[in-house]
Amino acid sequence: MNILVCLKQVPDTESLIKIAPDGKAIVTDNIKWVMNPYDEYAVEEALRIKEKHGGEVTIIGVGPKRVTEAIRTALAMGADKGILVDDPALPGTDSLGTAKVLAAVIKDLEYDMVLCGKQGVDDDYAVVGSSLAELLGIPQVSVVVKLEVSEDGSMVKAHKEVEGGTFVIEAALPVLITAQKGLNEPRYASLPGIMKAKKKPLDVKTIADLGMDAGEVGESGAKIKIIQITPPEERAAGKIVEGETSEEQAAELARLLHEEAKAI
Amino acid sequence: MAQGIWIVAEQREGELKKISFELVSEARRLADKMGQPVTAILLGSNIKEKAAELGKYGADKVLVADDNRLATYTTDAYTSVISQLAKAQEPAIILLGASAPGKDLSGRLAARLGVGVAQDCVAFSIEGANLVAKRPIYAGKAYATVTYADSVPQIATARPNVFEVSEPDESRSPEVVDAEFSLDDSQLKTKVVEVIQEAGAKVDLTEAERIVSGGRGMKGPEEFAILEALADLIAATVGASRSAVDAGWRPHSDQVGQTGKVVSPNLYIACGISGAIQHLAGMSTAKVIVAINKDPDAPIFTKADYGVVGDLFEVVPALTEELKKIL
Repeated sequence: MNILVCLKQVPDTESLIKIAPDGKAIVTDNIKWVMNPYDEYAVEEALRIKEKHGGEVTIIGVGPKRVTEAIRTALAMGADKGILVDDPALPGTDSLGTAKVLAAVIKDLEYDMVLCGKQGVDDDYAVVGSSLAELLGIPQVSVVVKLEVSEDGSMVKAHKEVEGGTFVIEAALPVLITAQKGLNEPRYASLPGIMKAKKKPLDVKTIADLGMDAGEVGESGAKIKIIQITPPEERAAGKIVEGETSEEQAAELARLLHEEAKAI
Repeated sequence: MAQGIWIVAEQREGELKKISFELVSEARRLADKMGQPVTAILLGSNIKEKAAELGKYGADKVLVADDNRLATYTTDAYTSVISQLAKAQEPAIILLGASAPGKDLSGRLAARLGVGVAQDCVAFSIEGANLVAKRPIYAGKAYATVTYADSVPQIATARPNVFEVSEPDESRSPEVVDAEFSLDDSQLKTKVVEVIQEAGAKVDLTEAERIVSGGRGMKGPEEFAILEALADLIAATVGASRSAVDAGWRPHSDQVGQTGKVVSPNLYIACGISGAIQHLAGMSTAKVIVAINKDPDAPIFTKADYGVVGDLFEVVPALTEELKKIL
């Protein structure tokens, strides 16, 4: 079974986000870049399916050269090869544009399943996976917390998280799955894994290599344009609830919530 | 020329979800500025009787797609029907809920129509013919204001619990129209074989009006019982910080924060949560925030409207008792 995993490199979730002077991007100095946390679940799931059903796991990333680090991490975890699309025309590409680039990479590959994280924890769009499935003409199940592949490798049964419950969804392969936290516990790369990863193939492709026009990506191809990035509104300073004992504090808090905040 | 604002109403088991009314109310406010009509799209099985309700909140017209294959949301059937209707009638804007089904649908629909989607928005405005949407990025550590280029219709999803529901106007009744569409079984490649309801049928964190959340300071899974007791009393949903989830005390579906759920309740009570940046990102749009923590220097206090420096194992049960007197 051949599995493709699409991954993104994002700022670590502990990062403070500062806005660039032009108000249209964030400051990337001193950012610690990591594999998107949801993509780690996607990589891990791909490896587990491969361990059971055989086949190959290919990692696909789109972005600048530093994304190589995230792809190498996935290779060190056990994936077989990587593809990076790196092109000066890419900055400013929106979700649909990214999905088009991924679809252009994938059209030349043989695959049974595509795995993505449920969303990037940077732009928080949660759009690329489902847009990619549409462009590939394959079914999707998003936000999956449990995935079973049938013995003969022809079907999946996926548990999709919805408000207040779970949908259990069946689909025939090929299918695109987006991974939610809880799907599995991603492994750490072992030292031998890291050594081996250095020798695994990692192809770098440009937009032209994919037969695409530079105008289809970047800001010129984007359907969504950023007007401005702003910090969150500051909350007004709160008050410390007074009281000598826990009981007094609790009584005062109950009064404030009821009478002042009218929240209860 | 493309005209009108569409909203895609959301139903579960034949009952309209609150987000449907939030969407209609917001669409009405935007449409009034544009001088354009609001159409609600209602998909389901034997669902037509729910159409009138959408009218009371501001829909001029309700387009009903009634088919037993639309009873439960599936990506393929919903994308097929909505894209057919959108291609035939060319709305200027389509708003959906940023709910589990809405977020699953938006990217697929946008790719089919070849247009942009602004996901999980918290504010909308109209500039010229364009929708302008404000949406959190980095789970709310910053906000991006975005608009569309070469994109008809302009698709956006609205975060649940953010947009105000208008007072229903009982005198309004919408034009109810049966939608014309075709559904071919061969297009339906996924099948919902089972719907598992969470035990207790609690309101989901993303839809909850009130949340009581516990962190590392809870010390263990059993101690969450005091949060459950408070939550039961005030009809709240229990949430957790990443450390509590990673420790295995709570399921991941309870996690609030950047790698969990981003929530906007009326009231958020954080108990024994220090306030790691990735947690604060997930809950700082709550209207009223209460923090109960032993450590007076805990970062959570910088976000709290009401801070209690104290032992949560004493304060929380005492608060529950005090609130019993009020309620």
